[in-house]
This record gives sequence, C-alpha cells and structure tokens, in this order.
Amino acid sequence: MVLGNYKQAVAARSTDPDILRKSQDGGIVTQLFAYALDAGIIDGAIVAGQSDEPFKPEPMVATTREELLAARGTRYSISPNMSLIKEVTRSYGLDKVGVVGTPCQMQALRKGQLYPVGLRDVADKIALAVGIFCMENFPYQGILQLVEDHGATALENVSKLDIGKGKFWIYTERGATVQLPLKVTHKYEQPGCHVCLDYVANLADISTGSVGTPDGWSTVFVRSAKGDDIWAKAIAAGAFETKPIDSVKPGLELVTKLATEKITKNQQFIEDRKTKFTVGKELRNPYI
Amino acid sequence: MGILESLKALLFGKHDVGGEKQDQKPADKPADVIVEKKASIIKEPKEEKPVADKITVGHVHMSGCTGCLVSFADNYEGLLTILDKYADLVYCLTLADVRHIPEMDVALVEGSVCIQDHIAVEEIIETRKNAKIVVALGACACYGNITRFCRGGQQNQPQHESYLPIGDLIDVDVYIPGCAPTPQQIRNVCVMAYLLLKGNDEQKALAGAYLTPMMNLAKAGTEACGCDVMYNVINQGLCMGCGSCAAACPVRAITMQYGKPQIERDLCIKCGACYAQCPRSFFSFDVVNQYEGIMEAIDAAMQP
Ligand SMILES: Cc1cc2nc3c(=O)[nH]c(=O)nc-3n(C[C@H](O)[C@H](O)[C@H](O)COP(=O)(O)OP(=O)(O)OC[C@H]3O[C@@H](n4cnc5c(N)ncnc54)[C@H](O)[C@@H]3O)c2cc1C
Ligand code: SF4
Ligand code: SF4
Ligand code: SF4
Repeated sequence: MVLGNYKQAVAARSTDPDILRKSQDGGIVTQLFAYALDAGIIDGAIVAGQSDEPFKPEPMVATTREELLAARGTRYSISPNMSLIKEVTRSYGLDKVGVVGTPCQMQALRKGQLYPVGLRDVADKIALAVGIFCMENFPYQGILQLVEDHGATALENVSKLDIGKGKFWIYTERGATVQLPLKVTHKYEQPGCHVCLDYVANLADISTGSVGTPDGWSTVFVRSAKGDDIWAKAIAAGAFETKPIDSVKPGLELVTKLATEKITKNQQFIEDRKTKFTVGKELRNPYI
Repeated sequence: MGILESLKALLFGKHDVGGEKQDQKPADKPADVIVEKKASIIKEPKEEKPVADKITVGHVHMSGCTGCLVSFADNYEGLLTILDKYADLVYCLTLADVRHIPEMDVALVEGSVCIQDHIAVEEIIETRKNAKIVVALGACACYGNITRFCRGGQQNQPQHESYLPIGDLIDVDVYIPGCAPTPQQIRNVCVMAYLLLKGNDEQKALAGAYLTPMMNLAKAGTEACGCDVMYNVINQGLCMGCGSCAAACPVRAITMQYGKPQIERDLCIKCGACYAQCPRSFFSFDVVNQYEGIMEAIDAAMQP
C-alpha cells in the first residue's frame, strides 16, 4: 500500500526532444500537460514557474506550450501551487484545470474537492492532477545555504539541482558538478515534511518521479480513471516512449523501499510527537 | 437522540438515490466500492417513500446576510432534488410562510445572535429545543465572522451591539464554515448525511468519517481567525506550504511568502475557511483515499 492504488506502472519518457532538453527526468509532467493542452483536455495548468530569484519556484498558470516548457525542471523549494487553485478558475478563467504538485499538494487538492470549505465551484474543474514523488522539500533559505555555504557555489550560476543516488547534486552553467552527502541536507528540510505519509503522490491522477528508472527516464503510476483515460490517449498520440517497469533497473523494488522508509520514519515521528516532546500533553496530529 | 440516530430519522425513506445510474457497470477498483454498494439502496421499493417520511428542514435566519441561503440555492437543480425527494422545508422566512419555529429534524442556522434582540435570543433557544440536529450554516453562525466587528450605534437599532456565534448560546452539532459556505460543501454534507442513514454499513462508516471533522469543529469552539493557521499548523510544525489556506480566504488576507502563509491580520474577517481548508488541520485517509468513489456517489445522489 505504500505505493497507493494504481492501474499500471511503467517506465516512460517524452518523445519530444525539445521537452527532454531541460526536463528534470523523462519530461513526463511537461509532456502530459503539453499533450492535454493540445488535445483540449485542459485549458492550462498550475505549475511551479521560475521567480526572479534563482531556483525559487513561483506558482504560475501556464496556458501555452511555451509557458509549460519554461517551468520544466525541479525546484527543490516550496511552490504553493494550491494557492492558485481558485484563482485559476476566476481571473484566469480556466474550466479544465491541470495542476502539478507534490504528494501533500495532491492531498490538499483532494481534500479541497471533498471539503470545498472555501473553494466554490472548483471541485468539478480539475481535469488533470499530476503528482511528483517527494521525499522532502526545503525552505528557500535552506537551498541557498546548501548551495552557497555547503556547496560553495553561487546559486545564480547553477543550471540544475538534483537529488539522486544518495547525493544532493549541484550542476553549474560552466560544467562543474558539486555533490553533497544527503546527510548535510537533512537539517534544512521543511519541518512539515516530517509528518508526511506519502512518497509517490497516491492521490494524483498520474504520478511520476525519477526513482526506479535509468537517467533520463521516469517511473510513472497511472492511478485514477481519469488518469488512465488521458494516459491511453497520450500513448496513442505518440507522446511517450515506454518500457515495462519490470524490464528496467532498479525498478519498483527501489521505489517500494524508499516509500516504506519514508512512511515508517514519519509514522514514528508522529508517534514521537505524542510522547517525546511533552509531559502530559501531545503535539497536534492532523490525521484523524 | 444521538446525532447518528437523528440523521437516520432525518433521511428515512429516500430510496431512489442514484436511480439514474442503476445499470452502471460494477466497479472493479477499491476506490469505486461505494458506487457498487449503492445498488442495494436502489433495489428497495420506491413505494416505501411516502411524502410524510421526508425529513423536515428549517432555515433559521439570525443576523446574517442571506448569503448562506443563496449559496445553498446556488446548487440550482440540486436544491430542487433535495427539496423534491429528501426534505420538506418547514421553516424559512424567505421561502416558507411559517411564523414560529416548528419542530424539525434539521435546523440550518444562518447568522450570529444579537443578544440585545430578545426575539433573536428566544428563537435560537427555540431552535435548539425544536430541532434534532442544529447545523451552523456559514461563518457568522459558526464563528461570528464579520458580525464580530459590530459595536452598535447604527440606525435604527443603535442598542444592537453584541453578536455571538450560535455556539455561545446553544449546543451545535455540525459546522459548515466559510463566507459564504460553498454550494458544493453544503451539498456534500447533505449527501453524506443521507448515506449515514440509508447506506450499508460500509457507507455509514464512510459518511460518519466524512462528517466527523465538521462535528469536531463544532466542538472545538466559536473563535476563528487567520491566526489559526499560525497557532495550529505552523507553530505545531505541520505546515508544508501547499497554499490551500490562501486559496480559501474570501478576502485575500493570506499570501504565500517564501512558501508559508503570511496573514494580513487586519483584513481577516474571522470566517474560519483557511484553517478548515488546510490539509494539516484535519485529514482522513479513510475518506480522502476514496475521493473518486465519493465524488461519483455525490453526483449520482444529485440526479433529479
Ligand atoms: C521537492 C521535490 C522533491 C522531490 N523528490 C523526489 C524523490 O525523492 N524521488 C523522485 O523520484 N522524484 C522526486 N521529485 C520529482 C523529480 O525531481 C521530478 O520533478 C519529476 O520526476 C518530474 O520530472 P519530469 O522530467 O517528468 O518533469 P518536468 O517536465 O521537468 O517538469 C517538472 C514539473 O514539476 C514542477 N515543479 C518543479 N518544482 C516544483 C515544486 N517545488 N513543487 C511543485 N511542482 C514543482 C514544474 O513546474 C514542472 O511542471 C521531487 C520533486 C520535488 C519538487
Ligand atoms: S515530503 Fe511530503 S510534505 Fe514535504 S513537500 Fe514532499 S510531499 Fe509535501
Ligand atoms: S493550507 Fe497548506 S500552506 Fe496553509 S497552513 Fe495549511 S499546510 Fe500550510
Ligand atoms: S484569514 Fe481569511 S480565510 Fe482565514 S479566517 Fe481570516 S478571513 Fe477567513
């Protein structure tokens, strides 16, 4: 159950070299939205665009292929994509909304559809929710300190940040690569991530991440009926190249291992909040 | 009578929910189970639904702007479905010609209570006595909302100065926060209450799980503020920066700064939407993991 419900899992990458050129992994997110936009499945998508500070994401509504492509790549900092979920149907006027987000943002989205306390006329307009795997996230200042203090690299010279193979990778515009052991990153993690019980965006229509597949490819879970329908159409349209997930290394075994580790660790932390921080009191548990 | 029992009484006799989807394919995914189970409801004979068995509902208007009622009505044909099949509107100053608060299964109370207005005070007490379930419909009834800022002196009742959320005067069973509460939230509460009464054991458990947080909000108190996301989420080490609170705020008092909510406290009207919307205020995996099935079931229940 750590991987959630899914109809199929595959290894995939975009067939579009333009998208792959600057995507984080197999360009799944950007390709899915670009296809869905083309096919009229969405009118646009909420993405984590680039703000005026390097690698600081900014939630944006992309309504063109160019805008989608401009938001490619992972920014390892908090992008409150849900903050636009009502506005996207108002001043942007979208009736069929795409949204990308971390597992917690997918939880926020589904809670928002079931309990739309302050989200009038939003629930029925979510056409495609794409989730990205997530082990943890960082406040922007954390990224700044990791790259500039620990990595001794100016953030504005960085071309890509990545977490993989047990390291935090900093790639610079001029070709140098700095790697930090993940150990040093832990203290900068966003505190709210330590109670998070989802690694692979179980509540997305389609979720994707790098873990499990070779460089340049992505692991994809097709989850909901809506996701299944859109994935089938995208495949039929030739948007993706796929391989059976069993045929690639390290495959779902590693995804399962990491998901189990994350969830077990955080479940323990939620328990500790009841007993180890207090005397005769408990820190609040959001899960009921 | 306990709330579950009352809800049962309330929704007794509505057998044809989802009738439109009778020939729907049985689901094969766990998330769809709820749809599959509806079949058992559909099979019950329709003749067992005498009009007398409809539940009785009243809309009690305290100091509110009628926005909550309008929001309920903004379900359009969905409202007609509810009134046609499930509920008799026995009291509603706007729509029904009844002067005194009658006995009813559910009272939807809109607005806060002016304690200098003895009629309002009598009516809220009467409401508690006469209704099995009291629902605080909207932010003024739950938390006072903008009426928190009243300080009297207005014409033509300058002495009307103190407005209290209904929970400061009577016990309240369910909260529906928001200014205005959304049509879809009101609708979802109605449908879940129905499943609680008429569904099979699994559906009852699900509906109970769905409504529990809104009952918990009613138990938690009568004060709300944007500060709640600071006190109960960020201060508790639970915020992950999704931005739902900012999206929910009706007055744009919340902006996201460096991934966390920044509350413009002077703008806040005390509606409680931000905290209730936050996935880290309450979150039930049992409920949300079934979002697909639940949304389908709600759509089916709203078919005319
Ligand atoms: C904080 C974080 C932690 C992650 N941890 C893991 C992990 O542990 N294991 C793993 O396999 N994958 C992880 N990922 C996902 C991975 O880095 C890629 O984002 C994912 O594989 C999608 O790549 P792509 O080539 O398909 O997408 P692309 O086509 O490159 O598009 C990426 C999309 O993600 C959006 N995005 C970028 N940053 C954010 C953000 N901060 N919040 C929300 N949306 C954003 C962009 O707007 C863009 O639309 C993480 C991502 C983030 C943001
Ligand atoms: S670890 Fe969880 S809470 Fe933190 S950003 Fe990722 S999905 Fe959200
Ligand atoms: S809604 Fe999201 S951003 Fe707002 S307080 Fe809750 S977790 Fe934080
Ligand atoms: S900050 Fe906004 S949503 Fe929160 S209580 Fe105040 S007005 Fe309501």
